[in-house]
Amino acid sequence: MATPEIAVVDYGLGNLKSVTRGLERVGATVVITDDPSTLEQADGVILPGVGAFSEGMENAGPFRETLQSIAESETPLFGICLGMQMLLTKSEESERVGQGDVTGLDLIPGDNVRFDEELTVPHMGWNELTIEREHPLVDGIDGEYAYFVHSYYAVPSAQNATVGTTEYGAPFPSIVASADGTVFGTQFHPEKSGETGLTILGNFVSLCS
Amino acid sequence: MTLTKRVIPCIDVDLDESGEPAVYTGVNFEELKYTGDPVEMAKRYNEAGADEFVFLDITASADGRETMLETVSRVADEVFIPLTVGGGIRTREDVKETLRAGADKVSINTGALERPALITDAASAFGSQCVVISIDAKRRYDERGEQYERIDGESCWFECTIKGGREGTGVDVIEWAADAHQRGAGELFVNSIDADGTKDGYDIPLTRAVCDVTPTPVIASSGCGGPEDMYEVFTDAGADAALAASIFHFDEYSIDDVKAYLADNGVPVRY
Repeated sequence: MATPEIAVVDYGLGNLKSVTRGLERVGATVVITDDPSTLEQADGVILPGVGAFSEGMENAGPFRETLQSIAESETPLFGICLGMQMLLTKSEESERVGQGDVTGLDLIPGDNVRFDEELTVPHMGWNELTIEREHPLVDGIDGEYAYFVHSYYAVPSAQNATVGTTEYGAPFPSIVASADGTVFGTQFHPEKSGETGLTILGNFVSLCS
Repeated sequence: MTLTKRVIPCIDVDLDESGEPAVYTGVNFEELKYTGDPVEMAKRYNEAGADEFVFLDITASADGRETMLETVSRVADEVFIPLTVGGGIRTREDVKETLRAGADKVSINTGALERPALITDAASAFGSQCVVISIDAKRRYDERGEQYERIDGESCWFECTIKGGREGTGVDVIEWAADAHQRGAGELFVNSIDADGTKDGYDIPLTRAVCDVTPTPVIASSGCGGPEDMYEVFTDAGADAALAASIFHFDEYSIDDVKAYLADNGVPVRY
């Protein structure tokens, strides 16, 4: 079988090197690109991201149609951290700064909300993954630890969109997936989550084969 | 379960006689001992279950900077855990270059004391999560200590120092920690000049005072002689992470030894 080619969306934000190295380590060929046709031809697409929701969506704006067409195809689309939040419909983060009209990609309907005021944010460090339902992304994973850095979390509208949860104050969705299963995301950084993260990246690469 | 306490090995990297980056570890306070190759050590700690990895450039020379960034990049190729890089970071451009080389966080000490606006500047450009403010605290037993509770039977305060503790700044550590938090620091890296190299344990009153004054996560450093010291700084001082160098570098304890001890004593760790 040919090595799957994974495209990492380069929309000007974040450390793309870590995720690229992680994917290469588990056997993928990686291209970092801002070219829509390269994205559409890839065997799988990673939407990375750190930072603020509005800024992320603004930067990802030129890719909206491309990402929506990838989501409709069979090609797996994997959002990481802010990239996962952008798969949903909207975020309290943009509402707080008066940009409530900023919409996400709406590929997994739902909202991103802020942790309760009494909790220290960002939620930063290693926390445990509890798998709520099967999904090929999390084959072999349950009870492992992953590395998180975030202040908002996803609340998908459909209950079965939550693949895994993590507890911080209360359980929150830390792994989400669309109904047809080809669009999914993790709030944590698999590329910074040691062996557990590499297992998840490996599962993703297998899905793209 | 909730967030685990983090166990973090740290390497001090200098250029050796041939200009190659090498890890040096302080023994008996002054003497620096060659300890190994930075990339090999990073790889080893990544595999050993470290929760993060800290790389400190101790060259403090401008001409070593390119070599160091290249080394950071090679270290970043080997670690799939968060990587913090510190040493000589003075400007937003330094922060950017270091992140671009593959660091997830930068640790800033003198650069932030000299120009506190650098914290806000870096945090707004790259996010608070990657801005770690490093503090080299030294105990001062003089009249300024009256505001502190009595520590070890004497009135004492903690001064921010630079140049490895050789130069004072007059800045109060606790006030600086609170200020750094307000300015957008994502974490505080608290070193104790007094405890450094002693292996007698972390400076608990210092660490606790910083933890009490700010919600920013605190990485305790200096003085670790074994797992009991980590237990103490997590439970008595409230640190979020504990850093150690020589106990790991010289194989006195493995990361697993430390985590097993912590887990057995009820401290949540990734183990």
